[in-house]
Amino acid sequence: MYGTGLAKGLRLTLRHFVESYIDDLRYGFRKYHHSTDNFGIRQGTQTKGVITVQYPDEKIAVPERFRFIPILIIEDDDHPTRAGKDWCTSCGICAKVCPPQCIWIVRGNDPNTGRPVPEPEGFFIDIDICMNCGYCAEYCPFDAIKMDHDYELASYDRTSHHIHDKERLSKPNSYWRAIAPTRAYDEMLVRGTWEHKDAAKEARRGGASATRSSALSSAARETAPAATAATAAATAAEAETAPAPAAEVEGATPWSEDDAKREERRRRALERKAKRAARGG
Amino acid sequence: MENLAAPATKRLSIDDAIEHLKSSHPHAVKSDDREGYEGVIVDSDRLVEIARVIRDKLGFDYLSSATAVDYLGEGDHMEMVYHAYRSSGGGALVFKAQTDREAAQIPSLVSVWRGADFQEREAWDLYGIRFPGHPNLTRILMWEGFEGHPMRKDWREAYYEEEQKPFDSRWPGGHVHRAEEKNVFGKNVSYPPDIDLNRLMDTSDTAVYQSLGLGVDIERVMDKDGFETNELVVNMGPHHPSTHGVFRMVLTVDGETVTSLEPVMGYLHRNHEKIGERNTYLHNIPFTDRLDYISSMGNNHGYVLAVEQLMSLGRRYNPPTYRCEALRVMMVELSRIVNHLWAIGFWLNDIGAFFTPVLYFIQERERILDFFEAVAGSRMMCNYMRFGGLFGDLPERIKSVSNLTNDRVRDYNTMQFLTEMINERIPRTIDELELLLTQNEIVIERSMGVGVLGAEDAINFSAAGPLLRGSGVAYDIRRADPYSIYGELDFDVAVEQEGDMYARYRVRVTELRESVRILKQILPRLEATAGESIWADGKPGAYQPRVPHGESYGRVENGKGELGYYIVSAGGRGGSANPWRYHVRAPSFINLTPLGHMSKGHKVADIVGILGSIDIVLGETDR
Repeated sequence: MYGTGLAKGLRLTLRHFVESYIDDLRYGFRKYHHSTDNFGIRQGTQTKGVITVQYPDEKIAVPERFRFIPILIIEDDDHPTRAGKDWCTSCGICAKVCPPQCIWIVRGNDPNTGRPVPEPEGFFIDIDICMNCGYCAEYCPFDAIKMDHDYELASYDRTSHHIHDKERLSKPNSYWRAIAPTRAYDEMLVRGTWEHKDAAKEARRGGASATRSSALSSAARETAPAATAATAAATAAEAETAPAPAAEVEGATPWSEDDAKREERRRRALERKAKRAARGG
Repeated sequence: MENLAAPATKRLSIDDAIEHLKSSHPHAVKSDDREGYEGVIVDSDRLVEIARVIRDKLGFDYLSSATAVDYLGEGDHMEMVYHAYRSSGGGALVFKAQTDREAAQIPSLVSVWRGADFQEREAWDLYGIRFPGHPNLTRILMWEGFEGHPMRKDWREAYYEEEQKPFDSRWPGGHVHRAEEKNVFGKNVSYPPDIDLNRLMDTSDTAVYQSLGLGVDIERVMDKDGFETNELVVNMGPHHPSTHGVFRMVLTVDGETVTSLEPVMGYLHRNHEKIGERNTYLHNIPFTDRLDYISSMGNNHGYVLAVEQLMSLGRRYNPPTYRCEALRVMMVELSRIVNHLWAIGFWLNDIGAFFTPVLYFIQERERILDFFEAVAGSRMMCNYMRFGGLFGDLPERIKSVSNLTNDRVRDYNTMQFLTEMINERIPRTIDELELLLTQNEIVIERSMGVGVLGAEDAINFSAAGPLLRGSGVAYDIRRADPYSIYGELDFDVAVEQEGDMYARYRVRVTELRESVRILKQILPRLEATAGESIWADGKPGAYQPRVPHGESYGRVENGKGELGYYIVSAGGRGGSANPWRYHVRAPSFINLTPLGHMSKGHKVADIVGILGSIDIVLGETDR
């Protein structure tokens, strides 16, 4: 009969309409009250009917693997030897794998020797460009850069707020372990320690490494007494350089470096790149 | 057409077909013997004649892709690459035509395959190759008056930094800047006093409609007085809610009946392919998410297949593990469900069932996206697949741990969630969908017999996906040219004979059910392979894979149709880090070719429905 299809469809619509009130009857109108306990009732697996989330009064918790703008991991403030230290060794892999090229890293130099130290002097992410792909976190060999869960980054002025510097990016290790406990645990299994990869290596090597570097440059060691364990060397050559004192690194602005130095560094990088290209054929 | 049912000669294998071509055209056809390349190079003067032989004698009646490559510095020529398939299934016959870079010119194949129409216009627009014989050779993605042809290797974009990523300025230099700070114009643009700015803002009808090839003299129509009914030009879009994005249709109407339709696109064009050539191979994966953003898993899959085909030419390549393939297929089928629910829902919006059905479907889609978010980290921009592997295995539990409140809201066992979804929730939604729509008299009256595309036309127009199968051509790449583990899975190819909007709807519903059927077969495979590595070598792949010299065309059956990636690697012995050519054969783009043909003779209100029944997404159309 003409119209039966229509009637059947309308019956379905009616069922959906009624269902949206069944939960009201079951839980009473408390399910609309802004309380996190009631939120579970409405967003659970078995819920039927109206499931609107009253953002921003209520928020859906995001899963562990959720990825938003990257953060840099630093040691917790109560860490016995490395409090506040970067996990980043400024190896540059995140900047290389970044598809929209939104990561800028200034590599630090030792003020005495002029040689690079395995710690970033400046670290910038332009969040207007970042596409939240998560490659930086995925390919970081030191677990030093991670994707955050905080998606509320709107601001009134994009020119002043949307380039995140190192201070803005840094979050303590305990924060990462809180938002992604399972993943932090898996990463620990791969590293074999809860500590930073190189810090743990240094600790295992113990005195041997300390005597070796003291033989090299006692003057440099004096400026950074506690730093030997934290050297976190990226390469063997760099491992023998003592890092700059932490206070100086933190205080320094990346802009204060003079042009000649910058030019020199750029020239060296280009040389390396050319050499790599020649080798790659 | 006779070649549909019985090809003139008996079905030759691809190698035999190539031999046949070479022996019948000894001087015009030669093998492409560059390292890692396949197919034949055809003398461009005899291209049309040979294309007819390929279509009619050899039975390769479906032109999947036609695209250009600029070999600047690698022989200094331009090349058109054509991939022709048989609509009965099997591999590609690849043929190419070369031309000089200056005064580039290759005869048009529109007279052989009308599906070449938009693709040749794209090659003209982006590469500057002229196609004598093309009925309307105008720019398609860029605007008329654009200077230069941006895909040419020597063309550089605004804010150009370097030829290839990674850029040296990022590390170890690290001096952050905004590209816009480098803009010399910015806020202090000044014009010479003798320029009349109003002239630049000319929005008269002549300026808006000229160069569209409509065949209507706008001035003459506009100048008519009196009450007689005249052909009228109506502009729909680009900002029109029914066009699913920034897409424009220019209609000429006689009363309310459409006499011609010209699609205008490019408003979302960002030269995805140029970006892709600056990128490394790995960089491109998240960019593919942004093409058809409804089914990003499928986009990832096509791209990694194309690159894996190239990598398999080199030494030390291990194919992905079985678990990896099973996970890929599962994700892609879930995306297909998302895509079809979305497509049917918004098509109903277009024909007037405003938002009730689509919201019912979206409720289920949300659950699937929750799953994507828990596994891949993002709901829509999944970025899940890697060369030879995946981003990660399934998490044991779908769990929300966050710095926000409400920790207990979502916490399920992943496999249990999947089992429940696949066996109960999704089939229930499909049942509801059918109950609501399939017998609904309004849906039937609005869609039956509207927007008809015949089988021969569908093949000739290079239509793909539900548009092709709704026209009675049982061509599904998962069956016709199986990839991944589709060869061993049991499913039927959805096909309907009528070729109208309703047939396309029916195809989508059948495909939803077939996807569920595939997913039910995937579940035991996942259980059997639990614990197996998702990486061929047991460890994650390197961030700079070695991709040897050669070309590849990876294609998958995406929700919207055949999604293909044509990739050329110009790497030396060690392989190269960046693709030389990266082309996307976008189903949303090519499926628009027959839109004008389908719309002729229908009412303006039906045009919206016909466009909705093709199911396009502008991220992919405009690239």
